[in-house]
Amino acid sequence: MTNSPLSVIKFRIIFVICWLVMVADNIMVLQFFGLPWQAAIIDSVISNTLLLFACLLVMNTLRYYLPRGTQYINIFSICLFLTIVWLLLIKLLLKLSLGHFPGYNDLLHHSLSIRFSIAFLLLGCVTMISMLWYNQQEQKEKDERKTDAEKLAREAELFKLRQQLQPHFLFNSLNSINALIGNRPEEARKMVQQLSDFLRGTIKKEETQWVTLQEELQYLQLYLDIEKVRFGNRLATEIETDENTTPLKMPALLLQPIVENAIKFGLYDTTGDTVIRLYAAKEENNLVIRVLNPFDPETSSPKKGTGFGLKSVRRRLYLLFARTDLLTTDVKQNIFTTIVKIPQG
Amino acid sequence: MSKIIIIDDEPLARSIVKEYLQKHPQLEMMQECGDGFEGLKAIQQHQPDLIFLDIQMPKITGFEMLELLEQPPAVIFTTAYDEYAIKAFEAHAIDYLLKPFNQDRFDKALAKWSEKKLTITEKATQDLLESASLSPSQSQRIVVKNGSKIKIIPVHDVFYLEAADDYVKIHTSEGYFLKNKTMNHFEQSLDGEQFVRSHRSYIVNVQQITRIDPYEKDNHVAILRSGAKVPVSRSGYGKLKEVLGL
Repeated sequence: MTNSPLSVIKFRIIFVICWLVMVADNIMVLQFFGLPWQAAIIDSVISNTLLLFACLLVMNTLRYYLPRGTQYINIFSICLFLTIVWLLLIKLLLKLSLGHFPGYNDLLHHSLSIRFSIAFLLLGCVTMISMLWYNQQEQKEKDERKTDAEKLAREAELFKLRQQLQPHFLFNSLNSINALIGNRPEEARKMVQQLSDFLRGTIKKEETQWVTLQEELQYLQLYLDIEKVRFGNRLATEIETDENTTPLKMPALLLQPIVENAIKFGLYDTTGDTVIRLYAAKEENNLVIRVLNPFDPETSSPKKGTGFGLKSVRRRLYLLFARTDLLTTDVKQNIFTTIVKIPQG
Repeated sequence: MSKIIIIDDEPLARSIVKEYLQKHPQLEMMQECGDGFEGLKAIQQHQPDLIFLDIQMPKITGFEMLELLEQPPAVIFTTAYDEYAIKAFEAHAIDYLLKPFNQDRFDKALAKWSEKKLTITEKATQDLLESASLSPSQSQRIVVKNGSKIKIIPVHDVFYLEAADDYVKIHTSEGYFLKNKTMNHFEQSLDGEQFVRSHRSYIVNVQQITRIDPYEKDNHVAILRSGAKVPVSRSGYGKLKEVLGL
């Protein structure tokens, strides 16, 4: 429910002042036309108080019923109707209370048309102002709701992107554990632990969470350990970080999909052993991480490597930084490089 | 004694199959292979009765490997997750084991195989391949055998395809390769936005076309970047115009 304009103290004061001015003005005019002070005050107070009620009535009605499109004609009719009712009422009341003043009835009779037009104009103005106010209020609420909805959607999307887990990875890991249980139960137990720690990481809720490069690399290591059990000797990794990068921060869980993409690309595109390299460096005010994987330029177009994994990373970076240039790829001979830049606060 | 080969790129995935096989002494494990190339060699060498085959493997997938065999053996697929493949299995495979699977499930698959052994042969595997290769993930490249070598052709390197008796000639910058498939197979599995059946015996890569000239009365001929000329029939011309947005 929208608030009435009178709920704002400033407007309430303005409203009262306007009313007082109206009353004073009215008294002066009546006196100018020869009415005694006393009678002028009574006349002005009665007619203006009633007008005040009419204004309040219109304001309150608009609070619940805001005209749209062609319904403006209704508002016009309501104003007209209220003014007529008001006119009849003051005519009655003023005659009763001031009829004994000599010449008053005459004055009243002659001033009815001018009283009518002034009241109608005034009521019209109040109506217009209220309508503008309520419309603006409504727009504001709509905007707020929209921003809220957008924020929620953005958070949900970020959460989903972060959580995205390749079903392949999960089922194959479970299959490896199944194989280990028979002959190497100790290793199976260790892998269950690693897989649990890894999964726990993916379901952490706080999206805005930033972690240090070191924490992110520790988490990545969990993933790499699992993949190494799966692929055995075929998969080797090299991770190098410049010394000055340790305190740098990055969004949590950003590296894993990039490395997963590199592993998939590297392992499925070559038959021999595959080395995945990761370098982290500080360049200007960015943390720059490069992930390198080999591929066979004869059989696959490097475009294939920017599959779903990288698309979701790019989307995440966009949602976090509103930039599309933070993730790039590079092809040199048989090495595919994924470069991610993370601006430091 | 039946001969078995296991083809899977993950060593532990192979070891679990080996472990489950121990309960079936009548089956002899000939070899285990880590990718499709090794698999091909092993199959040709040992002529196995049954293979356990993973789908996602280095270089060539399990399906692509099967395509290269003239007489594919009976296959039980072992895979983690592949929605297209699963559809194909449901229609035609002897069985498919979704990883991880247990001994019971494994024994059931073997029972199914020995039951069907007498009735189903290559036909089932052929049907399976036809339906599996319709999946979009399969149509990015074509795998062919060139003598003893295996050649993977990314589809954008293909100029055009030409029917040649029981084979299809795949023309590329490195000459042509033969594949034992039908024109209809390629028409369905390749991306229709890029490959158009311009003629009963020709499918052309529209990205290679530089111009289309009239030829004799109702026909046209497409000139490719390489200079090759591909016949275009009247209905083929209509299809080409549609794809090229003329």
